[in-house]
Amino acid sequence: MNILLFLAPASIGLGALGLLAFFWTMRSGQYDDPKGDAERILYDHLEDRPPPDPAGKTDAALK
Amino acid sequence: MSAGLALHRDLEAFVRRDDAGRGQLDLLVSGARCAGCISKIEKAVRDLPGVEAARLNLTTGKLAVELAGQDTAPQRVLETVEGLGYRACLFDPGEAAAAQDREGRDLALALGVAGFGAGNVMMFTVPAWAGLFGQELNASTLTVMYWLAAIVATPCALFAGRPFFRSAWASLKRGRANMDVPISIGVILTLMVSFSETILGGRHAYFDAAVTLLFLLLIGRYLDHRLRAGARSAARDLLALQTPVAIRLVDGVERGVPVAEVKVGDRLVVAPGDRIPVDGDVETGCSEIDNALITGETALAAVGPGVRLNAGALNLTGRLIMSATARSEDSTLAAIARLMEAGAQTRSAYVRLADKAAALYVPLVHTAAALTFVGGWALGLGPREALLRAAAVLIVTCPCALGLAVPAVQVAASSRLFRGGVLVKSGAALERLAEVDHVVFDKTGVLTRGRPALIGAPAHLVRLAAPLARASRHPLARALAAEAGLGLVAEACVETPGQGVEGLIDGRRARLGRAAFVGVDGADARETELWFGFEGDVKIRFVFADNLRPDAAGTVAALRRLGLPVEILSGDLPSPVAEVAEAVGVTAWRAALTPFDKVATIEALAVQGRKVLMVGDGLNDAAALAKAHASMAPGAAVDAAQNAADLVFTGEDLRAVVEAIETAREARRRALENFGFSALYNLIATPAAMAGLINPFVAALAMSGSSIVVLLNAARPRLGRRPR
Repeated sequence: MNILLFLAPASIGLGALGLLAFFWTMRSGQYDDPKGDAERILYDHLEDRPPPDPAGKTDAALK
Repeated sequence: MSAGLALHRDLEAFVRRDDAGRGQLDLLVSGARCAGCISKIEKAVRDLPGVEAARLNLTTGKLAVELAGQDTAPQRVLETVEGLGYRACLFDPGEAAAAQDREGRDLALALGVAGFGAGNVMMFTVPAWAGLFGQELNASTLTVMYWLAAIVATPCALFAGRPFFRSAWASLKRGRANMDVPISIGVILTLMVSFSETILGGRHAYFDAAVTLLFLLLIGRYLDHRLRAGARSAARDLLALQTPVAIRLVDGVERGVPVAEVKVGDRLVVAPGDRIPVDGDVETGCSEIDNALITGETALAAVGPGVRLNAGALNLTGRLIMSATARSEDSTLAAIARLMEAGAQTRSAYVRLADKAAALYVPLVHTAAALTFVGGWALGLGPREALLRAAAVLIVTCPCALGLAVPAVQVAASSRLFRGGVLVKSGAALERLAEVDHVVFDKTGVLTRGRPALIGAPAHLVRLAAPLARASRHPLARALAAEAGLGLVAEACVETPGQGVEGLIDGRRARLGRAAFVGVDGADARETELWFGFEGDVKIRFVFADNLRPDAAGTVAALRRLGLPVEILSGDLPSPVAEVAEAVGVTAWRAALTPFDKVATIEALAVQGRKVLMVGDGLNDAAALAKAHASMAPGAAVDAAQNAADLVFTGEDLRAVVEAIETAREARRRALENFGFSALYNLIATPAAMAGLINPFVAALAMSGSSIVVLLNAARPRLGRRPR
């Protein structure tokens, strides 16, 4: 039974990590332009980071 | 707004400035396809002075430009992109779009959390289910499992449930109960009962059900949102191509102003290819005016100083300076807009299929749950067991399948229509379209192409005149050039607006244009003809007509086969309307109608109990489009008509109308099948829950099983694929 005390938090923690990553990708706009992102990796000089959120408008609305 | 016609305009109205004077500008760019395009466009725009950053979103076609100061005019950015060979226009994304993006993100995050919760809570509830079937799992271990499940499920359910709680609360405040009310009550009651059971050491806790339920429902919600957002932004992009800006002339300087700010007496410049912004009189300049979208008339009207212009008409050939005689809201357009508002109001009273189902379902389920509690207690079950069974009733009847039934079908239907070039603005539009039993067409631009084509001219004459025609921008000359195909262009061409074009063909002077311009006695001159002749030679006449869309007759016949009577309502003169009606095989037609007559006709049909589909493209149709039970507009229609219409078809094919109706009917059938299935499921599950036969395992199985059946039914072929 004691193994549960270790395994349960560990697996939940891993899941939560994935969830946090999803929140991060969502909020940093990484799903905003899937077509463009696929093309942008082809050239080095193209900016391949998502654009900064204008004035953090979407983030503020979520909090 | 093509590159060739670009005049200097002040488009400052489209720049959003912050306090420091830094500006943001959005452009809609079409034609960009690959990394090379991104690179070319971004680099060219970034190299402009005063541009800080430029970023092209390839998925949406939006180019976001940041301006450092006042020194770069938006016009420069526009010209730069157009100079690279891409079509571009300025775009104001507006508040509504931002709010919709936020709603989509909220839903996606809620969906992510619910998915995480539903997956992880299983770690603890699956062992607990094993305990239900007599495997070795003692009571204290079961309680530990439930507590662990509670730790995962509760925060997830509360976060993921927010969209439902908010909507349920808003609906209750208005004194109504939508589908979100039973969902919210079900989720909260389930969590509460599960907590009390766990504390009391009971065997039935439904933490997994609460969060799985939300997960499944959020899938439906998210699909519905994607459908609406996608269709709206596509429709908005079409509209952005027709930017409502007037060019005001003040002391010889042209400034772009929003049409709403134009005052009576303002002098306005209307470039060839632009629409007349408000009613007014011509001061200087000669041109030809295309009234097709206003009145449905196909003949072009020649205008000169002193002639009255109607807002919304298209200026074809010459640059005009006009003085405004009405403000935007007093123009003929505004009267039509008021009619449209009235029409939209009657339409918003339409009750959607899912809401009809909810109105039946909500009281039924709540009565059943309440009866279970009261009845169970009265029959000696004890309050705890009675409450547990009542909660089980709410859980198994919770409308997962019902919540997915309509959105899943509508997403499949509208994505199929989208591939066929039809944009559906909302799910309600599809539902209304499925109910129509009468079709009304506008003539110009709907049954016909809405632009003139050459009729009955021998090929050698066309070849003779073609070099001059290619040099002209006049629509009739263009139709002539299109007929002739590619070839030589005449030399030393001079175009006189509203008259014609003159130039040298093989060294001989020739003219193409109005009868008087070419030197023919213009006594019986008509607007839909061009004359051509070499100096001192025989003059040739070319006649043009607005020809039918090739599939117009086939479409009318197909609609008849679907059992729909077809009628034509046109603003054009009786004789061209009669001609078209005969060609497509329609006997019921009316001509020379004002926009108000059209609305009245639609209303009269509605009073007779007919559900009318209106297909129209002009400003004169806009009010009728808003009033009709369902409406469609072609992609070339004026913005007001596209706004008013439920569906916009972008292709050249009129067959899209038939396809849309068939798809909408099929979608309705599917949705009803799904409802039937949900009802059957509830008929079996509810008595079982009342009898106490449901345990957490059965609840989980029944819930996801019914949702999967509904989704599979929606995704069944035929709806997902275009028919042959």
